[in-house]
Amino acid sequence: MDNEKDILEVRNLQVNFKTYAGDVKAIRNVSFDLRKGETLAIVGESGSGKSVTTRTIMGLNARNADITSGTIMYKGEDLLKKSEKEMEGIRGQDIAEIFQDPMTSLDPTMKIGRQIAEPLMVHKGMKKEKALAQALEMMKLVGITDAENRINDYPHQFSGGMRQRIVIAIALINYPEILIADEPTTALDVTIQAQILNLMKELQDKISTSIIFITHDLGVVAGMADRVAVMYAGKIVEYGTVDEIFYNPKHPYTWGLLSSMPTLDTGGDELPSIPGTPPDLLDPPTGDAFAARNAYALKIDTEQEPPFFKVSDTHYAATWLLHPDAPKVTPPDQIVARQKKYAEMQKDLVKQQRPSIPVEEEEEQQ
Amino acid sequence: MAKYLAKRIFYLILTLFIVITVTFFLMKLLPGTPLTNQAKLSKSQIHLIYEQYGLNKPVWQQYLLYLAGAVKGDFGTSFQFSDQPVSYLISSRIEPSLQIGLQAMIIGVILGVIIGAFGAMKQNTWVDTTTTVVSILGISIPSFVLAVLLQYYLGLKAGWFPIAEWGGFIYTVLPTLALGAQPLAESARFVRTEMVDVLSSDYIELAKAKGLSKTGVIYHHALRNSLIPLITIVGPLAVNIMTGSMVVENIFSIPGIGEQFVKSVLTNDYPTIMGLTIVYSFMLCVVLLITDILYGIVDPRIRLTGKAN
Repeated sequence: MDNEKDILEVRNLQVNFKTYAGDVKAIRNVSFDLRKGETLAIVGESGSGKSVTTRTIMGLNARNADITSGTIMYKGEDLLKKSEKEMEGIRGQDIAEIFQDPMTSLDPTMKIGRQIAEPLMVHKGMKKEKALAQALEMMKLVGITDAENRINDYPHQFSGGMRQRIVIAIALINYPEILIADEPTTALDVTIQAQILNLMKELQDKISTSIIFITHDLGVVAGMADRVAVMYAGKIVEYGTVDEIFYNPKHPYTWGLLSSMPTLDTGGDELPSIPGTPPDLLDPPTGDAFAARNAYALKIDTEQEPPFFKVSDTHYAATWLLHPDAPKVTPPDQIVARQKKYAEMQKDLVKQQRPSIPVEEEEEQQ
Repeated sequence: MAKYLAKRIFYLILTLFIVITVTFFLMKLLPGTPLTNQAKLSKSQIHLIYEQYGLNKPVWQQYLLYLAGAVKGDFGTSFQFSDQPVSYLISSRIEPSLQIGLQAMIIGVILGVIIGAFGAMKQNTWVDTTTTVVSILGISIPSFVLAVLLQYYLGLKAGWFPIAEWGGFIYTVLPTLALGAQPLAESARFVRTEMVDVLSSDYIELAKAKGLSKTGVIYHHALRNSLIPLITIVGPLAVNIMTGSMVVENIFSIPGIGEQFVKSVLTNDYPTIMGLTIVYSFMLCVVLLITDILYGIVDPRIRLTGKAN
């Protein structure tokens, strides 16, 4: 821990939302690191707490949010202890965010050049002309054709894909250290999705930013991320490198997620899905929150919360199945096939290995 | 733009024509005659007077004659003030009405926007509750009730303002307040609702994520977007002020067209009724035209001459 390659360290984060019905425990003890230059994907279904996590990092939570514990260390300082004024200085400068829906995330009454230039004017105190000149460069960088003529256009004159490029330009104009992408391609059609993802990867190399990539789409994760954290009911249940999560998953929830993702090999009539719905976070169940939907649940799952078990130096999973005393279970067929593939990959690990960031020793988190 | 304007002006004339027609025939259905002392006049005297003013012709002929005159700019002479052409009567009286109406409109809307924006920013606090109460009161108290209250408390009891005279700016304060309450309340309520909506939108979230301060977000992004829909209620507010002025001008004895209008209806002064109706509808049409043009200026999405891509 306290790795100098870590740019962001989230520790034991707990966020509740105060509602009339009681406290909704949206984030329940979440810890993770973001390393310099990497892309960390946070995957989970709706309501698992992905967006709340990033909002908490940005300091943009709704008014009824209550951060009950935890630290978010950035450059040696805890973001949670910063004043609103200090956070304004960090947002859009050190940490920027791309939002889900490009159709609604641009101000409809402001010229897009001005919208892109705004962070420069706010953070660098730049004059409008100079900021607009830089905005123009950024528009070219994100691939907006005929940028010179379009800088004075309004958002409604652009297509969805182009608007998302503009949103990316706004986020990257100050070359932020961290870019949070909250489902940036969910609202786009598939071909545009691929373009936007490629653009993000390309720009990540150019301006060397770290990305937290929030998504529920595992297909997107495979191509984008270096590491993956799987979230369920306000907790991270498994994390590891992208290969480890895809080919050697250990948590039954990850199995479910992977099995419900159609691949070219998927046959049959019905796509497998995870039965049931996520638990009510007003009153989270004792033990493993996934137990009720888990075909592999053990008795202890309903009594005690599983700690993280180490699979490899980079791979941890919070499931009792990894306990030495646990009975051996066979994962679903598809997962077994994946694990076989993984074993083969490990055998000829010559050039199959993706150029991932060297990973230092990491102790078990709890 | 020129084409659009030409089209709008054509519609304006068409609207005025319809208003003239409808008003003319409705007016003829009014009970009573323009004569104040009918009982004392003999049949032949009445006949003579009717002859003089062309009132013994069939209504459709009177209508056509009126139209022919109106096209040439001749709106007839008033019955109450003999020898005074209606056009002179109106032009000499329109200034106080315009002054009070515009003052009420501008002050009301500006204050309303400020109050509404504050309410939205401090949503669900005592500030918000206060603004809501103020706007509900403003909407539900008719301007003539407010006028009498202001006249009694600020004019008569406190003695700060003249009660019912006309002379300079100080004389306009109470009528402006009485007429401005409604636009203030309506726009405060409207802006609050819009602003609450806008503040929860994605682009405000993005503006915050850019690092803009709270005031920066409001000033650069929230205000403009919540003010656009306000333009739609400017027309109805203008109507509100015009109708309100008819009573309020009477209460404060203001020599304006509102007061004149009421008198002319009471005395069946047909040419004056017609003239003032035309003036009122013309003003409303112009207000609506201005709001439509304004819409295009503040909202780029409905600009008339867009650059073709």
